[in-house]
Amino acid sequence: MVERGLRAWTLAVLAFLYLPIAVLVVYSFNASRLNVSWQGFTFDWYRQLAMNSPLRQAAWNSLVVALATTALSVVIGTGGAWLLHRHRFPAARLIQTLVALPMVMPEILLGISLLVLFATAGVQLGFTTVIIGHVTFSFPFVLVAVQARLRGMDPALEEAALDLGATPWRAFRLVILPYLRPAIAAGGLMAFTLSWDELIVTFFTADAASATLPLRIFGLAKVGLNPMINALSALFVLATVAFVLFSARLRRDAAANPLSP
Amino acid sequence: MSANVGLRGVTKRFGAFEAVSDVSLEVTAGEFLTLLGPSGCGKTTLLRLISGFEQPTSGTVWLGDTEVTHLPPYRRPVNQVFQSYALFPHLTVAGNIRFGLRMQGVGDTEARRRVAEAIELVSLAGLEGRHPHQLSGGQRQRVALARALVCRPQVLLLDEPLSALDAKLRLQMQLELKRLQRQLGLTFVFVTHDQEEALTMSDRIAIVNRGRIEQLGTPHEVYHRPATPFAASFVGETNLLTGEITGGDGDLLRVRLEGGLEISLRADRWPAGERRALVLIRPEKVHVNPRPAALPGAFEARIEEEIFKGATDHLVLATRAGTRLRAVVANESAHGDILHAGDTVHASLHADDIVVLPA
Repeated sequence: MVERGLRAWTLAVLAFLYLPIAVLVVYSFNASRLNVSWQGFTFDWYRQLAMNSPLRQAAWNSLVVALATTALSVVIGTGGAWLLHRHRFPAARLIQTLVALPMVMPEILLGISLLVLFATAGVQLGFTTVIIGHVTFSFPFVLVAVQARLRGMDPALEEAALDLGATPWRAFRLVILPYLRPAIAAGGLMAFTLSWDELIVTFFTADAASATLPLRIFGLAKVGLNPMINALSALFVLATVAFVLFSARLRRDAAANPLSP
Repeated sequence: MSANVGLRGVTKRFGAFEAVSDVSLEVTAGEFLTLLGPSGCGKTTLLRLISGFEQPTSGTVWLGDTEVTHLPPYRRPVNQVFQSYALFPHLTVAGNIRFGLRMQGVGDTEARRRVAEAIELVSLAGLEGRHPHQLSGGQRQRVALARALVCRPQVLLLDEPLSALDAKLRLQMQLELKRLQRQLGLTFVFVTHDQEEALTMSDRIAIVNRGRIEQLGTPHEVYHRPATPFAASFVGETNLLTGEITGGDGDLLRVRLEGGLEISLRADRWPAGERRALVLIRPEKVHVNPRPAALPGAFEARIEEEIFKGATDHLVLATRAGTRLRAVVANESAHGDILHAGDTVHASLHADDIVVLPA
């Protein structure tokens, strides 16, 4: 009895989570302009989408921003984690907390404060400002993932490399970096996913030319729902799910990979 | 023979803690030297001073005729086998062994040849393509060894490399390490807390305690002529008793041990001008006879405890006067006299076997 109740509850929760997405995907193939009734199967909305150049531009912008964010987050996050791990300095705990804070800070706060900062400094909004905004909340995810892996690392690993004649830089590049690779990849994918579907910070830091896909969809949705948005959202969901699955798989590989020889 | 490693007046402090106190040590080329001591005694710090992971607070470190005190580890022609092996998990066995040659810029053909040679040397043929996590503990140990040896170090440093292996494998590796060292004519500096390991493999043993070398000598010297009470109790077991001179008879002294037993020992062993001193007697040097023996200095004792250990019997004896002595006797025959707790036996000591240290 209890078991049946639990099963029903689980199904209800799953339906609540995924039914809207399923409906959205289904209606992206609906021949009707209205979302309410089903009038037959069509690819029209996808065809329209492919010919809509502002949206294509926005998708391209999103990709550029997400890739740049990922690259910068990986470099800053990995470097930061290594410095925090390798060197003891005063206020290391405070720095640690401050670095992790943007992960939980309300995005609207981050967005507004960045806008104020850029306005005060007289920086033109554009790709640079969007990417700076995205890196601010993305790189801590890389840092935290890399730190976790460093904590499990045998300190003798670096010493062994130095002992065998590697300079500190070569030891880092040839031994530490390969050891960290799974964590870097998982953190990097996380950064990519976060940047890819970010809306609020982008809203405050982008100009018309650098508007990303979520920002465009948001703009279109305000004007009125259109099955083309359904089609676009369906593709967007597909891409996001693919990223998430890929990064989950990387994390699993990282966990399976022995921490020490 | 020339000195290969030299520590001269080396002191190392970590904050207020002095890990190494004014140590001077010369390791001869081709020698197997063991740094033996309890954990925290400074033996690993001594090793790290040679490898370059630590720099002395004062004093100098030498490799041959070159001073290396402030040279970083990657510029020193020494290699180390780490306690955890520290194999690179992303590289194969061959990749691990080749790492040092890559760093030295050794050419491809030459590197290939030397890696193959090293793999042959430590009997790892067939495992070249495996990754460290696919190897057993003993195999990892061999990879770590080959990775260090392939660089042809002037000195090979080994930091408790056998401690993670099970007892049987450890014994086998002890003999193999010794064989390798002889075969290659290399200088080994080996760190361990295991006295048996030290006795089995070393040409010389340095007994380290509280940052100082208490005694430096061959396994025989260290065992039979311990220089300090610590050295005596750390290597093997020993009866450590205070003694007082009660009389003399030419070359021999009469000495009363704590508890009252009177023994004879050689006068030239006694510290000059002292009435009291520490008397060291190894348990296996206490000869135990079930029947009265017509030996000089024989005394009666009761067996208080008897612990059967297979090849040997460990006894605690109490003399009539009240001196307690531990004794170890070989189990010669199951049909012979079996010793039991409560039995009275006749024990004797040989004056030559007794070591005396200033109290």
